[in-house]
Amino acid sequence: MQLFPCPFCGSRDETEFHYGGDAGNARPDGAEVPIERWANYLYLRSNPKGTAREIWVHMSCGEFFVMERDTVSHKVLSSTALGGEHAA
Amino acid sequence: MALVDRDAAGIDTELTTHIVGVETDARVITPSPYVRWARRCGRDRKNRCHPCGRHAMTRRYSALSLLKEGLAGQTGWKQAWRSPEPKPSYDAIVIGGGGHGLATAYYLARNHGITRVAVLEKGWIGGGNTGRNTTVVRSNYYYPESVELYGLAHRLYEGLSKDLNYNVMLSQRGMVNLCHSTAEMEIGARTVNAMQINGIDAELFSSADVRRVAPIYNFSPDARFPVFGGIWQGRAGTARHDAVAWGYARAASRLGVDIIQNCEITDFIVEGGRCRGVQTTRGTIRAERIGMAVAGHSSVLATKAGFRLPINSYALQACVSEPVKPILDTVVLSPGCGVYVSQSDKGEIVIGGGLDRVPSYAQRGNLPTLEAVIAGLLEMFPIFGQLKLMRQWAGIVDVVPDSSPIIGPSPLPNLFLNCGWGTGGFKAIPAGGTLLATLLATGKHNDISRPFDLDRFASGRLIDEAAGSGIAH
Repeated sequence: MQLFPCPFCGSRDETEFHYGGDAGNARPDGAEVPIERWANYLYLRSNPKGTAREIWVHMSCGEFFVMERDTVSHKVLSSTALGGEHAA
Repeated sequence: MALVDRDAAGIDTELTTHIVGVETDARVITPSPYVRWARRCGRDRKNRCHPCGRHAMTRRYSALSLLKEGLAGQTGWKQAWRSPEPKPSYDAIVIGGGGHGLATAYYLARNHGITRVAVLEKGWIGGGNTGRNTTVVRSNYYYPESVELYGLAHRLYEGLSKDLNYNVMLSQRGMVNLCHSTAEMEIGARTVNAMQINGIDAELFSSADVRRVAPIYNFSPDARFPVFGGIWQGRAGTARHDAVAWGYARAASRLGVDIIQNCEITDFIVEGGRCRGVQTTRGTIRAERIGMAVAGHSSVLATKAGFRLPINSYALQACVSEPVKPILDTVVLSPGCGVYVSQSDKGEIVIGGGLDRVPSYAQRGNLPTLEAVIAGLLEMFPIFGQLKLMRQWAGIVDVVPDSSPIIGPSPLPNLFLNCGWGTGGFKAIPAGGTLLATLLATGKHNDISRPFDLDRFASGRLIDEAAGSGIAH
C-alpha cells in the first residue's frame, strides 16, 4: 500500500486519492481556440517515466493538490496545495 | 536389437551424428531406413552435415521431425531465430520485440517482400506485455471499426499455428461476459445483436446456459452479483503467449529479418524534418521507415521524437494459482467483480482484473488492486478460496481515452505508431502486425487501420470501446 501526503490531512492510503492529470495543463481560454489546441488540452499527456508533476484530489477532504512523484520508484517528492498553478 | 558398431556404421569417430544410437552403448533398432540414412550422414562439431552435405539441420516442426530428432537425441534442431549483429542500415526498423513488433516484421517480409528489416528490442523478445498478459483471445467488441480490427486478429489467430509452423496452442474454449441484472441483460442483448450484425459470433446466454459452461460459479441466492445471463463468444479462448512471440520471431528470422535484443533506442535521427534512423545502445541504425510498437513506453519514445501522445501508462496486474486438476474449461468475466478467470493448460487458475489506480512505469503493481481482484475472484468462485497463489506480476499498459488503439503515421514523418492497446494488446497481435506492416511498406493506411489514426482526437471521431470488454481498458 502506498501512502500519499495530502497537504491538508497528511499521509493517507492511496485508495483515498484520485489522479487528475498533468499539472500545468491549462484550459484554453477565449472563443478563437483552434481545434488542435483543444485536442491537445483534452487528450495529450506528458506521461513521463521518472519525475512527474500531477494533479491529485484527496477524495476524503475534496482538496486538489500538486504532487511530484517518481513513476518508476513511486517515491513522492513533494506535495503542495493548488495555488495559481492550474490557472496559469 | 543390435548394438550399432561405430566403425560398421561408417562414421568417423571425430563426428557427432544425428543418431543417438551411434554413441558407444546405446541401442538402435536395425535395420531401418533411418539408420541406413544415418550411416551415410553425420555431422561435425560445428553441426555442418558431413560427409554428404545434403541434410540441413531440422528447421521445420512436424510430427516427422519430432520423431527424427527424438531418435537423434535432439541434437539437430536449428536455432529458432538468429541473433545477428545490427547492420548499419535497413529498409525498415521495428522498435519493440513484443508480439506486435515481431508480427510487424513477419508480415513485412511475408506480405510485402521487405526482408531487410530489423526488430530492435531493449530487453529480450516477448519480455514485456506479451509475456505478462492473461492470454485471452476474443473479438467481442461493439463498434464496426473495432469488429473489423479485432475480427482480423481473431481470424489470423485461427490459422496462426499453421501459418508460422509453430504451435501457439490456440484453445477456442469460449468466453462468457456475465450480466448481473436485468439492465445488464438488456445491454448484453444489445451487444450480442451488434456483434451478430457485424458478423462476429455471439450468443445471449441465460442463467442456465452460464451454469452449463461454468458450474462452479457462485450461483447461490445470496451472491453479491447474481447471474442473469451473459454474452457468449464461442470462438474466444486462450493462446500460449510466449509461443506467439517465439513463433513470429522464428518465422520472421527465417524470412531474413534481424532480431536484435538488448538494443535500446537512445534517440531518433532526424534530418530534414524526417526520421532517418535511430541511435541505439548498439550503435546507429538507419532506415527510411520506422515503426514503433512499445506499448506502455510509447510516451517515452514519443518524447525522444519530439511529440506527445494521448496515453497514460498504468500497471495492469495478473496472477496465477498453483496448478490444479481441470475445473474450468472456459473464460469467465464478471464486470461486477471486475475479474476474469481461466485455467491454463498446466492447470493454473489465471486471474486478471482492472488497472491499478496510479499511473506507473513500475512493472510490479500495487496491493489494493490485487486485493480487490482476489476479493472479486472469491465472490465469483468461492471454491477457489483454498487455492494458493503462485505468482503475481504486472505489465505497463498504454491507456488511451477512448480505449482503442492508435495505428498510423506519427507527427514525425517516416515514424509510424502501433500503440494504445491498453489492456487488450495480446488478442490483437496479428492485426497490429499486419496493419503496421502495411503502413511501413506503403506509407498509407488501409481501410481497417484508417479509423484508428491519431487524428481522431482532433476530429472527435473517437471509437469509445470502454464497454467493449466489460473492463475499462
